[in-house]
Amino acid sequence: MLRRIFLTALIAGTMAGLFAAGLQHLKLIPLIAAAEVYEAAGAQADHQHGAAPAHDAAAAEWEPAPGIERAGYTLIADLLAGIGFALLLAGAVALARLRGYGIDGSSGLLWGAAGFAVFALAPAIGLPPELPGMSAAELAARQQWWLLTAAATAAGLGVVIFTRQVPVRVLGAVLLVLPHLIGAPAAPHGATGVPAELAAEFATASLATAAAFWLLLGSVSGWLYRRFE
Amino acid sequence: MLHATTVHFPATTLRAALPAVRAILFGAFVIYGVGFAGPATIHNAAHDVRHAFAFPCH
Repeated sequence: MLRRIFLTALIAGTMAGLFAAGLQHLKLIPLIAAAEVYEAAGAQADHQHGAAPAHDAAAAEWEPAPGIERAGYTLIADLLAGIGFALLLAGAVALARLRGYGIDGSSGLLWGAAGFAVFALAPAIGLPPELPGMSAAELAARQQWWLLTAAATAAGLGVVIFTRQVPVRVLGAVLLVLPHLIGAPAAPHGATGVPAELAAEFATASLATAAAFWLLLGSVSGWLYRRFE
Repeated sequence: MLHATTVHFPATTLRAALPAVRAILFGAFVIYGVGFAGPATIHNAAHDVRHAFAFPCH
């Protein structure tokens, strides 16, 4: 079974990662580049006011050269993200198969929709997709809330979909809303250097790209998993 | 009076689930590296993907 899961994840994850990398160049990467102009201008203004921007420490570190090198690292990261998410998906499919649930391309599409809900939609309710240079709460707090939300949404969806007992299903529904009752760490109020139009465009484009990525990943994973059985 | 409903997890079922659990743990490790790992080198290499997939960044 391990071989089947890894083979499915490797092929489907590579395809979805390549697909996402292509889609990102339509809108997301140009928007990031546009936001970085404002980010750099803001950092320069901070320098003149004597404040120490958070990026100073990182500025001394290695970063890929603009152009082909940066695009190359982005492609590698996209492939890894695709394979990583595909492993989570194929692992979950394998667990459901053990309990007798079927899998094919069309049910895979539903698995992909669930992946989108867990890893894109639910975290975005509290932490909208964010451009460089936007003001935000402390990184560690946001990461913790993101992870909590993804885990609670995955567990909640799993319980609601795969159990029959009503009280347990209610518990699953509670898990789905709990992260949003707790609430994401709020961004400090105040001026951000990035225009709202760019931020709004980025948020919708990021969610649309994630939806396309997950639907492709889910359907291809489902189809392959069945073929390899 | 609480009636305990015993759920049977035969050793064979647990053993059968092991590959799936391994895949999930390895997938989580990869996603952690791409989306969350702290070192600046990893952050800078994966920077655009972190923003595009809406992982918390900066």
